[in-house]
Order: sequence, then C-alpha cells, then structure tokens
Amino acid sequence: MTPAAILRAGFRDQNPGLVQLLGLCPLLAVSTSLGSGLGLGLATLAVLVASSGLVSLAGRSLPAEIRIAVFVLLIAALVTSVELALAAWLPGLHAALGIFLPLIVTNCLVLARAEAFASRQPVGSALLDGFAMGGGFLVVLVALGSVREVLGRGSLGGDLHLLLGIDTSTYGLHLFSEQHGFLLALLPPGAFILLGLGLAWRQARRAGTAASTMSTTVIGSKTGGITS
Amino acid sequence: MAGNPEPPARRAVRAAMVLAAAAIAAFGLVAVVHEGTRDQIAATQRAHELARFDQVLAGRPRDNDLLADAVTLRDAELLGTAGTITAYRARLHGEPVAVILEPVATDGYSGAIHLLIAVAPDGTVLGVRTVSHHETPGLGDFIDTRRSGWIQQFAGKSLRNPAAARWRVRKDGGDFDQFTGATITSRAVVGTVGRTLEFFARHRDELLGDELPAAPATIQP
Repeated sequence: MTPAAILRAGFRDQNPGLVQLLGLCPLLAVSTSLGSGLGLGLATLAVLVASSGLVSLAGRSLPAEIRIAVFVLLIAALVTSVELALAAWLPGLHAALGIFLPLIVTNCLVLARAEAFASRQPVGSALLDGFAMGGGFLVVLVALGSVREVLGRGSLGGDLHLLLGIDTSTYGLHLFSEQHGFLLALLPPGAFILLGLGLAWRQARRAGTAASTMSTTVIGSKTGGITS
Repeated sequence: MAGNPEPPARRAVRAAMVLAAAAIAAFGLVAVVHEGTRDQIAATQRAHELARFDQVLAGRPRDNDLLADAVTLRDAELLGTAGTITAYRARLHGEPVAVILEPVATDGYSGAIHLLIAVAPDGTVLGVRTVSHHETPGLGDFIDTRRSGWIQQFAGKSLRNPAAARWRVRKDGGDFDQFTGATITSRAVVGTVGRTLEFFARHRDELLGDELPAAPATIQP
C-alpha cells in the first residue's frame, strides 16, 4: 500500500469510528467534551503507533499459536506505561479519563490493526497505519466531543486545561450557561444518537458520490462487534 | 503450518519460550516506566490533595504539613464508612485552625458521594466540596462546584446555626434548599454534613489533638 492509501484508509475510507465502528465503548463514553475526547484520542494514538511499530518488528518471527498473546502483552505494557506517564504529569486528564485509559488495552481497534495490518507489513507502513487509524479515531472523538460539549454544556474546549496540566477554567469558548444545556447530549443515549447522525451523514455522502451498496454491507457486518 | 519440519513438541517449547521472552520484555518496560514515574506520581498526588484541602480551608492561614498531621478515628454510625476515617489538622503556630474530614454519603441517588469538609475548632463549617460522585449528570451533579454553588451554602454554618434538628432539606422541615428534581442527593449531602459536625462535636478532643485552643467553645447538639 502507498503511504497516501494508508492515510486515506485511516482517516476516511476505513475510519475506525465511522466505518469500522471499532472501539465504540470508549468513543461513546469519553466523548463528553472536546478536552476529554482529545485526551483519550491522543493516548490511543500514542499506543496505536507504538504497538504497530513493535508488532511489525516482532510479528513475522512469532509462532502463529502465540502471536495474539504476545500482541496483547505488548499492548498492555504500552497502555500501562502511558497510564503511568499521565498519572505523573497530567493528573487532571488521568482522573477525567478514569477507567477508559487502562481500557485502551481492550480497544479492539489496537489489536485489530496489530493482527490485520502491522504484523504483515514493514515497520514504516505499520507506523503510518497506526498514525492514520489513531488519527481517524481521534478526529471522530474530537468531533463528537465538541458537538456534545456545545449542545450539553454550552461551551467548547472548557476543560482543555486538563491537557495542559494547569488547573484553571479560563480556557475555551462559552456560548451559553450550562443550566440551559441539552442534557441528552451528555448522556450515553445522546452519544449513540449523535454518532448515528454522523454515520448517516457519511452514508449520505457516499451514496451521493458512488452509487454503491458496499458501505452498507460493511457497516451491517461489523455492528456485531460493538461490545468492545 | 504445512511444510514445517519441526516436531510438534519442539515447536511448542519454542513458542512457550518466545512467549516467556515477550512477557519478560513487557514486564521490563512497565518496571522501567514505573520506576521513572513513581516519585513524580507521589508528588503529583500530594500536590493534588493539598490543593483540594486549600479549597475547603477557604483561605485560613496554616503553617504545618497537613498530610503529616493526621489522626485516624472510627465511627461507622456517623461517617458512613465501615472502616476508619482519617482527619487532617491544619495548624498555625501549633494552634489548630481547622480539621479536615473526608466523610462519605452512602444514601445518595447513585453510589457513594465522597465529601471533603473543613471544620473550625468552634464547630463552624469552613468549606465543603464534593470529591467524587456518580449522581445523574444534569440533575444530581449540582453538588460539584463546577456545576453550581449549592455546596458553598454550608460555609459558616454549625450545629447552632441552624440548630441540629434543622440540618435537613426544606422538604423535610429543615433549613437547607434542595435542588429541584434531586431531593435524594440534596438530602444525602445535607445529612452527611450535619452528621460530620455531630462527629466533630463528639470526638472534638481527639480530633484537635493535644493542643486545645484557649477558650473551648461549647457545642449544643
């Protein structure tokens, strides 16, 4: 695959959040604001790039029986390292992401890219794929987080200070008072509805450009794996 | 794996060894990161804890090491925790200026509500903050200062102001406003703050330590 094709796949054609629907649990749970969406997106991106690189280096020499076990070990070690680093230097973000930070281990996106792509590709392609898939996931997290924060809290970027490690709330854009926020947008059902609208928007765009039923079948076959 | 001449037993041993090597490598990575971040994490947690304490102390000056000046007590009936509770003493020139308690409201709408309360030696509340809760977003989360100033109404209150019997929400005949739609949460927090003051009155001498203030105030329960 050419670098351009890898980037296109991650950010658009095979976007983990809008097409493959991988890692929905953290995507829906954490995207309550721009700040927390960006935080989890960056943490996932870092883990995905590192795991893709390491898996690509080790992947082809591993016996088939233990390959996935080794991938899980590697990913768990990387996630634990990221978690410790965040606890040390960005405690506010660490607290805001809570259990979803260690749960990056179980994000099927990370293992799926290790098994399906990185273990069969040279290091350069694997790193780029990790970046593209992590970036695609990050974009969806940030978009969903921004929409939910604006609708639910009337602000945008109100908790970006978590990412900077400074404890003030003078950041961000404040549009209206939080009391007038649309509560549903912050609750899990609102996350499902907004993601559904995002999927519909994407489908409509695809239907407009290419008269193909391919994407419908892709989505239909993947929704079974929502539990991750 | 067709065409692999390796006998199955040797293949299994080799796989096990590779897996063990991967486990050791993963363990090594986590150990190195843990070692490198341990001091920083401890310092960060300490700073975080002290920042929270300073919020409830409401600007009371202190010159002691709060985290080192702690006393552990047990009173499951009043504090909502089955085990022991740690109280931290803030002092200025050796005199206690406040006691910080961390009670838990167990009768909230959804799980435990962890509170942080600073009480002056005369039994007056200096400040109350919610440390963590699982109340419904948009309804029960008014107890968080980021959502509303409701929890700041306790500052300056004591068991004499209002009287102990009026430490309830208005709906129950007390003096504290409940938040519309979240009476259970309001009731849990008001009740826990009131019980914490009773606990303070009951254990005052142990909480304040050896050095008592010159004129101990009497507390009428």
